[in-house]
Amino acid sequence: MTTIGVLGLQGAVREHVRSIEACGAQAVVIKHADQLKDVDGLIMPGGESTTMRRLIDLYGFMEPLRAFAKAGKPLFGTCAGLILLAKEIVGYDEPHLGLMDVVVERNSFGRQVDSFEADLEVTGLNAPFNAVFIRAPHIVSAGPNTEVLAVHDDRIVLARDGQFLGCSFHPELTDDHRLTQYFVQMVEQSSVVSA
Amino acid sequence: MAERQLGTDRVKRGMAEMQKGGVIMDVVNAEQAKLAESAGAVAVMALERVPSDIRAAGGVARMADPRIVEEVMNAVSIPVMAKARIGHITEARVLEAMGVDYIDESEVLTPADEEYHLLKSDYTVPFVCGCRDLGEAARRIGEGAAMLRTKGEPGTGNIVEAVRHIRKVNAQVRKVVHMTPDELMTEAKLLGAPFELLLEIKELGRLPVVNFAAGGVATPSDAALMMELGADGVFVGSGIFKSDNPEKFARAIVQATTHYQDYDLIGRISKELGSAMKGMEINSLSLEQRMQERGW
Repeated sequence: MTTIGVLGLQGAVREHVRSIEACGAQAVVIKHADQLKDVDGLIMPGGESTTMRRLIDLYGFMEPLRAFAKAGKPLFGTCAGLILLAKEIVGYDEPHLGLMDVVVERNSFGRQVDSFEADLEVTGLNAPFNAVFIRAPHIVSAGPNTEVLAVHDDRIVLARDGQFLGCSFHPELTDDHRLTQYFVQMVEQSSVVSA
Repeated sequence: MAERQLGTDRVKRGMAEMQKGGVIMDVVNAEQAKLAESAGAVAVMALERVPSDIRAAGGVARMADPRIVEEVMNAVSIPVMAKARIGHITEARVLEAMGVDYIDESEVLTPADEEYHLLKSDYTVPFVCGCRDLGEAARRIGEGAAMLRTKGEPGTGNIVEAVRHIRKVNAQVRKVVHMTPDELMTEAKLLGAPFELLLEIKELGRLPVVNFAAGGVATPSDAALMMELGADGVFVGSGIFKSDNPEKFARAIVQATTHYQDYDLIGRISKELGSAMKGMEINSLSLEQRMQERGW
């Protein structure tokens, strides 16, 4: 069975686990870097990106996560997870993991009172996706090999760069598992290639 | 462009979901807020005084000076919370207008209304409220609270009340989950809880919003204990900036919250922390001095 990890340092971990299981894959909460060897793909959940970054450094996750990506394994970042994955963050000198070829801006829709839900048209999905944006970032620009999968109000909010999938919103907060399913398929395809 | 829906339950409750596994720290100025952020806090609570100082100062405790809230909001990129008095509609509206990310309708401040809490569903900004049992928790959710916390006994550095409250709420949730549907109405009557909410709890198998620990967390082990007992995260009030070494305490409490069952780690980070805040025996407080008695 396909096994997908959820980085379990902080944030909406339980919701992603539920969604992965609803898609028929096995979910593992990753609290220690050595657990990464047991999973075929990894979801970086929503939460506070500054907090997660501090814990990534504290528990020595930085290099193991980069090695995980280098081995070709897929990663999916939602909200804070997208910020961790991005190659560039507006207003910051250094990215976090710097893996996905996008430039992101933090809290770009405003503070919590500006947080919202909206229906999105997503490439490849035949019905709109109810997306929950919470103090959300957005993708300011995407690299040449990055495919834009959804846009809201002229801002990129979902994109794929090869093995990396990132979105500004929180698919884990709804019962719509189509994006998780999409990621599970990415992981299944990558395991077939590497096997 | 697709229409945006602001301030929905999902958006308000979801914001609290993102804080899970984290520590929210009380701060009184920009400098403390920055220290909290760099120590790994998931949010800060902007206050004029921490609870132990409110206790010491006596008199009426009100919403913080907006200048302090603004200073903290400008200092950090993590969410900023602030406290309004129970039932003080205008304090809450002022904080909402300032753009704070979460309001704590808090018994730490002197209540403005001794009968009614705020109708929190009326606001775009989400609210957190304290609770000691499931009845209180359910009434606050019924009014629109998007997040709960134990009341504990704020500013004492004594965890005993927070332990009592989280155990009670969780035991009552378990009871509701295992009741048959025909027993729920009477349970709703006994708890003073909305019936529909008990039905929802039974279906979900848990509360529909996150429940943090608060009120008396003074050490990394206290934070870990509350996580062990089922808290979704931890608020630390006086425990950090009333300790010997706030920076070390802040970092250690964050780590103990993430890895609450890693006892080697908690032992290691608890070494050479210096003294925690001086605690208070709850029995030394008269009923009138107990903040947890506020709220209805």
